Amino acid sequence: MPAMEFEKPILELEGKITELRNMTSTRDFNIAEELARLESKSSKLLVSIYSKLSPAQKVQVARHPERPHFTDYVRGMLTDFTPLAGDRLFADDDALLGGLARFRGRSVVIMGHEKGNDTETRIKHNFGMARPEGYRKAQRLMEMASQFQIPVISLVDTAGAYPGVDAEARGQSEAIAQSIDSCLRLRTPMISVIIGEGGSGGAIAIATADRVYMLEHAIYSVISPEGCASILWRSAQHADEAAVALKLTAQDLLNLKLIDGIIEEPLGGAHRGKDMTIEMVANQIEKGLHDLTPWDSDRLIKKRQQKYLAMGRT
Amino acid sequence: MSNWLSDFIRPKIRSIVGAKDVPDNLWEKCPSCEAMLYAKDLAENLHVCHQCGHHLKFSVHDRLNLLFDDGAWANVPVPTVPFDPLKFKDKKKYADRIKESQAKTNEKDAIIVAEGKINGLATIIAAFNFDFMGGSMGTAVGEGIVRAAEIAIQKRASLIVIPSSGGARMQEGLLSLMQMPRTTVAVRMVKDAGLPYIVLLTNPTTGGVSASFAMLGDIHIAEPGAMIGFAGKRVIEETIREKLPDDFQTAEYLKEHGMVDMVVARKDLKETLGRILDLLMRRNIKAA
Repeated sequence: MPAMEFEKPILELEGKITELRNMTSTRDFNIAEELARLESKSSKLLVSIYSKLSPAQKVQVARHPERPHFTDYVRGMLTDFTPLAGDRLFADDDALLGGLARFRGRSVVIMGHEKGNDTETRIKHNFGMARPEGYRKAQRLMEMASQFQIPVISLVDTAGAYPGVDAEARGQSEAIAQSIDSCLRLRTPMISVIIGEGGSGGAIAIATADRVYMLEHAIYSVISPEGCASILWRSAQHADEAAVALKLTAQDLLNLKLIDGIIEEPLGGAHRGKDMTIEMVANQIEKGLHDLTPWDSDRLIKKRQQKYLAMGRT
Repeated sequence: MSNWLSDFIRPKIRSIVGAKDVPDNLWEKCPSCEAMLYAKDLAENLHVCHQCGHHLKFSVHDRLNLLFDDGAWANVPVPTVPFDPLKFKDKKKYADRIKESQAKTNEKDAIIVAEGKINGLATIIAAFNFDFMGGSMGTAVGEGIVRAAEIAIQKRASLIVIPSSGGARMQEGLLSLMQMPRTTVAVRMVKDAGLPYIVLLTNPTTGGVSASFAMLGDIHIAEPGAMIGFAGKRVIEETIREKLPDDFQTAEYLKEHGMVDMVVARKDLKETLGRILDLLMRRNIKAA
């Protein structure tokens, strides 16, 4: 992916800083001074640019290939991860991963979309676009979570469910619908975090949860801005306008009371501080789980149902 | 649409009998076999082509009249929802689009909730009106499904939902996506109450509507030839860069792939629904 246009001045500065650092061996005092000056300028620039990202710019940040992905979170915030595979019906889907793990002492079921981070892994994970098998694996995992009274964490990062012939033939709609129903029937707490892109039905299928959080620059939308523009403006060229109109940023969605909280990203976005991002996400999940523990399954389900029944009434 | 009928015959008739006496829709062309169908015959045949059996668009009111006993039903009021929550505007304001659709259809939004009897059994039907912004599902439609579920439970009635929808209404942004879990909760409540929830899939049922309550019925019935799927055909063709077969995502294709129980011709719908409701609701009848 080419560099994000709005980041160019930052990247130029960061390039100069790296260049200067390589020269410090000459022990020139002016270089140290210049370095400090540039670093301060660079972080000021980051603050000013990142504090007022437009919705269209957030779309780019949310899709940035170097943002931490599902696998990074698993590595960074869980131990004993035990991946579980297959829907017991047809196949395993590498676009939607999941399994058992330990999160800060608790057993959890973890699941989420994995986009991959190079050509080979992107193809393996189908760019994070799941087929029915993925959503049926999610259903299986949620049933197991209910069975063993284990909370569920889902990490959402998908452009959408895969639009393919095979996916349709095996009932993509039914798989998503059942997965939403599984979320609603889950007998343990569920926390979802939109870590990058929350793309439509493919996202809500595993994001119908007791708590839904979004990373600061993540997006969550009923349709991609490009798709929306090509339908309503009859040209994908208007994607930036569509991004504004759709109100897909974390800040807009919190105002609309459709999510429960925003998780701050490091200065300059999650792609500039993977570890810190993962730590922040883990802290929020822990807080959410703490609030929901201990739980009474019937009451938990009732509250979750009421939460979704009310959406659109106020 | 321009053809010899509209260009030639219609003006000719008009010139003879006067413009006001000839409605525009005197004849309709079958979109499948292109036969010219006389409007009155077409209406009598439930808007099914005499020539090829193609099921043309059928209005919500005609459908409710067909399905309910003696064509008798009452409108169930749906609570009003906040208007244009996002203040959405593309080339046109969403607020204006709603008003235009309201003027065109004489309805509040894309769903009608009705109560009546089928085969003597209390039944609630929530039916989509495709003429209202493509039957798209926003908060008002979600409210309609919720209301239909609530009243079905309250009256111990069966619930039949009849989608005809392109999917979620993108002018309501994420709120429209949230109608997927919301309507799923609604139909779950009906199931938990032990009442039948039947989906009658009509042309088209796609996107967020097919991927929520529409695929969660106890029983799925589809009209012949109805287009049913998650992703639109064009999107799939663009993704895989191949032309798709004609029968892709049709009701018949879905039946073959195990997603619907039956494909039922319009003329047989009432009898089929009546029989199913009878079997599900009158569970113990002493043999005569």
